[in-house]
Amino acid sequence: MVDDGGFSGARGGGAPLTRLLLALRVDPPLLLGILAIAAVGMVVLYSSGGESTELLVQQAVRFGIGLFVMLVAAQIPPRNLRLWSPWLFVAGLGLLVWVLVAGEMGGGAKRWIDLGVATVQPSEAMKIAVPMMVAWYLGDRAMPPSFGRVLVAGALIMTPVALVAYQPDLGTALLIASAGAFGLFLAGLRWRLMLGALVVGAALIPVGWHLMYDYQRRRVLTFLDPESDPLGAGYHIIQSKIAVGSGGLYGKGWLNGTQSRLDFLPERSTDFIFAVFGEEFGFFGGSLLLFLYLCVVGRALYISAEAQDSFGRLLAGSLALTFFVYVMVNIGMVIGLLPVVGVPLPLVSYGGTSMVTLLGAFGIIMSIHSHKRLLAP
Amino acid sequence: MAGSDRLRDYEREAGLYRRRAVVAGLGALVVVLVLVGRLFHLQYLSHQHYATLSDNNRMRIEAIAPTRGLIRDRDGRVLAENLPSFTLELVPERVEDLEATLERLRSFVDFDTADVERLRRAWRRARPFEGVPLRFQLSREAVARLSVNRHRFPGVDIVAGLTRHYPWGRTGVHALGYVGRLDEGDLQRLDPRSYRATSHVGKNGIEYAYEEVLHGDPGVRRVEVNVEGRVLRVLDEEAPVPGEDIQLTLDLGLQRFAERMLGSEDGAVVALDPRDGAVLALASAPGFDPNLFVNGIGRDTYAALRDSPHRPLFNRAIRGQYPPGSTIKPIIALNGLERKARDRDETIHCRGYFTLEGRSRRYRDWKAHGEVDLGDAISQSCDVMFYDLAMDLGMTEMADFLRKFGLGQPTGIDLPGERDGLIPDPEWKRRNRGEPWYSGETVIHGIGQGYMQATPLQLATATAQIANHGRPVRPYLLAETGPVEARTDAGEDVPADGDVVVARAREPVVEPVDLTVETDWDFVIDAMVGVTEGEHGTARAIGWESPHTIAGKTGTAQVFSIAQGEEYDAEAIAKQLRDHALFIAFAPAMAPRIAVAVVVENGGSGSGTAAPIAQKLIDRWLEEHPPPEREDDNGG
Repeated sequence: MVDDGGFSGARGGGAPLTRLLLALRVDPPLLLGILAIAAVGMVVLYSSGGESTELLVQQAVRFGIGLFVMLVAAQIPPRNLRLWSPWLFVAGLGLLVWVLVAGEMGGGAKRWIDLGVATVQPSEAMKIAVPMMVAWYLGDRAMPPSFGRVLVAGALIMTPVALVAYQPDLGTALLIASAGAFGLFLAGLRWRLMLGALVVGAALIPVGWHLMYDYQRRRVLTFLDPESDPLGAGYHIIQSKIAVGSGGLYGKGWLNGTQSRLDFLPERSTDFIFAVFGEEFGFFGGSLLLFLYLCVVGRALYISAEAQDSFGRLLAGSLALTFFVYVMVNIGMVIGLLPVVGVPLPLVSYGGTSMVTLLGAFGIIMSIHSHKRLLAP
Repeated sequence: MAGSDRLRDYEREAGLYRRRAVVAGLGALVVVLVLVGRLFHLQYLSHQHYATLSDNNRMRIEAIAPTRGLIRDRDGRVLAENLPSFTLELVPERVEDLEATLERLRSFVDFDTADVERLRRAWRRARPFEGVPLRFQLSREAVARLSVNRHRFPGVDIVAGLTRHYPWGRTGVHALGYVGRLDEGDLQRLDPRSYRATSHVGKNGIEYAYEEVLHGDPGVRRVEVNVEGRVLRVLDEEAPVPGEDIQLTLDLGLQRFAERMLGSEDGAVVALDPRDGAVLALASAPGFDPNLFVNGIGRDTYAALRDSPHRPLFNRAIRGQYPPGSTIKPIIALNGLERKARDRDETIHCRGYFTLEGRSRRYRDWKAHGEVDLGDAISQSCDVMFYDLAMDLGMTEMADFLRKFGLGQPTGIDLPGERDGLIPDPEWKRRNRGEPWYSGETVIHGIGQGYMQATPLQLATATAQIANHGRPVRPYLLAETGPVEARTDAGEDVPADGDVVVARAREPVVEPVDLTVETDWDFVIDAMVGVTEGEHGTARAIGWESPHTIAGKTGTAQVFSIAQGEEYDAEAIAKQLRDHALFIAFAPAMAPRIAVAVVVENGGSGSGTAAPIAQKLIDRWLEEHPPPEREDDNGG
């Protein structure tokens, strides 16, 4: 209900604030949704971080940086983005190769490059560069894409995905792959091709199993049977399920989650923050948060459908759906439906890189929305 | 701009995209519904399950030790109390370097290698964030110095608690017993649930017998812990029920006096109120300081106590078994009168020895008494009279009669480890020795020698029964009344009766003795008065001393009690070869208020060593608790 009010208020365009936002090429409903989710995130983070204001300030600073990046991205005309797409993609690939050769180790994987000024994570940039590249490539020709173009697009997607998976960073690889795949899907990829890909994919599962690292296999196995290793790999899932389940319909109340506040829940400020939320705010809180996410995705999809060209449509659409994949994979993991994959809960989990990338992506979506040529409809 | 493809139909492409976007949006909706469904499953359908798991995670139930009940004497003076004490504890999780910490602690607290050893053992078994004790009962200075330097010792805590303390030290230790640290053996006989928080448990004496009463019930505290097991806060608490204070019949003054009277002798004194069996004093010398045992006695200290030839740990009053000697003569005399084996005024001529017909062996008396009747034989302790009487009665008759006075079986006092004593008869000898009974043995049993054995407590109890004209009493230490049970199974080397909890009962273990001629009691008691008051009474010295009419009987036991396996000590042997001195007495003779049995090991003669102790004890008691005025009481 509240969000509907936001939507209509934005459409009305009467308030000075709305006019200012529109002048800044910001989409008010989308911003409202983002702010709402981020606010929820701050509230949960305060609890999961042991009421640390320091943590909160850091997260707020990151969110501020993210908003700034969003604002900047919103000013860039989609035309320019389209021109930069191939170059960004190629540069990103180069950096990914560099990471594999000379990257910094972190958590058993090479993900970071030290640029002297700052360390960057090129795989993060690929979450945007890959859908841009796919949109650029497919948007050039008629839809739906021919089989040949689908194959080329597939190769364009799988190259960075393979490089990232090799780091190894399964979560990011998954997000990049889905970003590209959504581009293909939205471009009108034929259903029978999808079915074929599904069959091939299923056939490739044993191969993938063989190529997986031990820790990844363990994660899959633990996911299938968490009780098999309750003190090791299964501990995360078991404890987060206990946290969520013990929350009940209404939750234990803010700052009252025993699972999180007594340290039973690992990684409770980052990947498992939804468990804290579920424990303290219960089923109704969790459902409300999911509804907020759905609103944001819906608004972004609506924007994409309104875009004037294929590039804008495909890019906005695949970015919107990638955002949703974050939500699905993270929450699915926390409540024991999906394997434990290192994907943060967007706009809520503590951490900088994904926050900036996500808000940058929303900036692009807003740019696509606000840079329509003034033609009569 | 939109591409160079001439064949592109932009409207159619936009339509295609829109359809796909709708499909994607619906897909997202479905995913959200699945997630919501899963949430519903976890948070509503399985909520109970996960809520339980969550509580199991965060809550721990801790027991709180109850405060042990105090023990007081009959006038309310505290015999066992609980004092605040400070224990030095180390928390393994918070001590970084144990060796370095111990090294630095050394300059603040004294502790030895045994302490460190115990610490290391407990260290491995400690539950998370549970303190491991290094040193008990820190001195106040040590507490002060450590508190000031607390910051230098992370993980080192000074924990305040209560520790058992016996303010009078060794006084009454054999009655009181002591508490010691709870061990595996204790947990097997006690309910482990109620002892979860308890560190000390009664090991002996009253502390052991009334453990259940003194202990109380533990409280329960539900605490919230973090994943490491560290207690964060107390959720709720059910206070423990403190143990009940108990009052004993012991009189602290009399007890101390009895122990002082025994002095450096090895021996025992038991004083009862003959009217109901209340134990006024129960002394066994030498004693020991029970406080040594409370927090773990050092190995050397314990070895010294255990190996001392004077056996301070041995409770002579209820476990020492001595030949009763002449102290049984009043009972044998009663037996003779009852069986009409003797008349009161029937005399014999005592030549100083006795022979069985047709045998040459002489059974010696301690002197030639000349012409004596039965009364004289008691007051002057003529053995020949009783040798002769024993032969007339026979051992079986004598044994049966002696048993009617509670000899040869436990008195049923509320203390653990009481011994039976022994009243032998031919049947017993055949069963236990596989030998027939010789009539010569009957002779010496007439004067309480031979196999016959009695504990000082049994002698006191039998004396009380004489004082009561045959009405038996059951000795007891717990003054209060109420439905209370006492443990009388002993902690250590008990006969194999096993674990017996005897309901505290005031019922004597024997039936009253009814004599055909009621005045026989007066006759024998008069004879016992003659012991202290008569011209030739064996204990006439105390009769002169005492303002009270004391009925008594001396005894001298000719067996010395070198325990088996003890080393032969050339210096000590002379003393150890001396006879045990015994004396039983009650007073005032006509309305008895106190019955006493005194045994002094190797004390020489009953009259010389044991009787004065009994007399002083009686005088003191009757002086402090004067009997109501009676016309015929002050005969002495």
